[in-house]
Amino acid sequence: MSHRLINWFRYASPQTFYPLAGKMIPWFWMLAAIFGLTGLSIGFLLAPTDAQQGEGYRIIFLHVPASWMSMFIYLVMSFWAAMGLAFNTRLSGMMASALAPTGALFAFISLWTGALWGKPMWGTWWVWDARLTSELILLFLYIGFIALQAAIDDPRRADKAGAILALVGVVNIPIIYFSVKWWNTLHQGASVSLTKSPSMATTMLWGMLLCALACWMYSIAVALMRARTIMLERERHTDWVRTLLAAKE
Amino acid sequence: MLLLFRAVIGRDLRLAMRRQADVVAAMFFFIIVVSLFPLGVGPEPDQLRKLAPGVLWVAALLATMLSLPRLFADDYRDGTLEQLALAPQPLGVVVLAKVVAHWLIAGLPLVMLAPVLGIQFDLSNDALAVLTLSLLIGTPALSGIGAIGAALTLGVRGGGVLLSLLILPLYIPVLIFGAGAVDATVTGLGPQAHLSLLGALTLGGVFFAPWPTAAALRVALE
Amino acid sequence: MLEASNLECLRGERRLFSGVDFRLDSGEMLSLQGKNGSGKTSLLRMLCGLTPPANGEVRWRDQSITTLGDEFHRELCYLGHHNAIKEELTPLENIVSSARLAQEKLDEQAALEALACVGLLGREELACRYLSQGQKRRVALARLVHEKRALWILDEPYVALDASAVELVATLVGEHLRRGGLAVITTHQPVRVSAERVRELWLDTDDAAPAPF
Repeated sequence: MSHRLINWFRYASPQTFYPLAGKMIPWFWMLAAIFGLTGLSIGFLLAPTDAQQGEGYRIIFLHVPASWMSMFIYLVMSFWAAMGLAFNTRLSGMMASALAPTGALFAFISLWTGALWGKPMWGTWWVWDARLTSELILLFLYIGFIALQAAIDDPRRADKAGAILALVGVVNIPIIYFSVKWWNTLHQGASVSLTKSPSMATTMLWGMLLCALACWMYSIAVALMRARTIMLERERHTDWVRTLLAAKE
Repeated sequence: MLLLFRAVIGRDLRLAMRRQADVVAAMFFFIIVVSLFPLGVGPEPDQLRKLAPGVLWVAALLATMLSLPRLFADDYRDGTLEQLALAPQPLGVVVLAKVVAHWLIAGLPLVMLAPVLGIQFDLSNDALAVLTLSLLIGTPALSGIGAIGAALTLGVRGGGVLLSLLILPLYIPVLIFGAGAVDATVTGLGPQAHLSLLGALTLGGVFFAPWPTAAALRVALE
Repeated sequence: MLEASNLECLRGERRLFSGVDFRLDSGEMLSLQGKNGSGKTSLLRMLCGLTPPANGEVRWRDQSITTLGDEFHRELCYLGHHNAIKEELTPLENIVSSARLAQEKLDEQAALEALACVGLLGREELACRYLSQGQKRRVALARLVHEKRALWILDEPYVALDASAVELVATLVGEHLRRGGLAVITTHQPVRVSAERVRELWLDTDDAAPAPF
């Protein structure tokens, strides 16, 4: 057991992780492209036109995966944050900061596509729907995390402070979601809901799942690339970065 | 541990008494923000009655934000915080005491002002009572959750604005149930459910928040 | 009693010092020397347990201070750069309330005696904001008179003090060491402490040494 633990910690050192990540990134890009292309071609070519919503509904092939990813990435981010606080590994903080912008991007895409979807469906860009509102708050949480890390100069302190914030956030997200839902039902009734298609065609579902996989792979690829940049930036004075850069020149 | 608890509260209250200007300023901020709304939206009693719970609660959140940055900043600057971190007691207890003191200084005055300000909005007696009660139950949570943000932004440039950015999203449940309780009274639904949930949030906020806050303070002191 | 092994300190990307080893026994004093920015304060904060070292360990009575926690803090008196006194309170209120926060029993009589010892009698009812820098430092030093703790960690205790107060601190430290206490002190002035053993530790790392990973 302890042997395995040591092995894990070996990969947690930036020095060993950097080349490993470098090798993995092209694969994730490739997977993202394959899943994305198949998912979108299913979504645009094979999936039937929705009886009520017409062609406009096809935005869900981006909207739904983006919402899923925005929530999932926050969970992954707080997992890394917890690891960083518990084991004090440098890699964890770097991964958390690398994931945050991608999560914020997906939250933003989800809101934007939600608005684009809402205009033809409900006749308005924005409704105070429970899901949209929670997504907006999630975007605020991401922005708070990024802003806090940006405001602290010492990277170690920034990592720890960010980790505490991420953990507080992840505990609060269910509470926030529940309270927003409660508020929504009291004020509007459940008349407006984003998933009102009870029988989603199987092709639609497949398209959506493939697009979600594509977003997932994209997130990993981008987060790894960002983590590599952060590593180089933070450890630019260390021997391994110097030899690496010397070898490149 | 109880001794330490009382010592921290006693000291913070005494310090607040010596510089009352800060406390009074936050109270006047609350009064002014609330009084601005009728000027902005018009004096129709029906509309005001509808707006009142939200306006008073949002103003209470903002007034709390105003007093939060100083929760730890003074102790941090003059070295008291280091001494507290080195006291032979869990730092979480100190934080809890400071949260209680903060509520007594910044939260309780808001609760006592609320019924008077509610009259400006033509609220019925029932609604006024529930408004005051909801603030009484909910404002401790604001101090507790806010302490996390105050500790995280300690000594950080642009701390005040950053604090609002970090903490206001976390205040949303308190706002929803607090204002919702008054709303439910006005519409005749009865406020019990809201108030119990608000109480749960306060218990959670006041008793769990000191630990991440203490962790954040230690990070700030490193 | 107090033992530091292989301590390393990183500030941002800079390594302030590394491989700091020393051992301090009962009745001994460590005088910490070094240029500005050499990491003296950082080392003291590590010895207190405020800053976790990037590498190495601090031990007290043969146990790591992180495992000892509060037990260690009960024996520690740390006087930092900042005086940890409140401008709004009087000297008397300050030392009484800080003693309470540190879980020290201190009645008003003992507090007045401590203030008399640091030469502030007659000022005990004046808010600290009206005191001079040196007098504020004296208020902070009153802890050394009334607290009976084994390990003193003093960061520049002589700052802003006049000659008589410097003498007083030296005497207090001397008595503390004769009682069997330990002290770690940083100062830019020569310490004239009459103790059997005053050790010296120089922190002089080459500037901007890169952090080794």
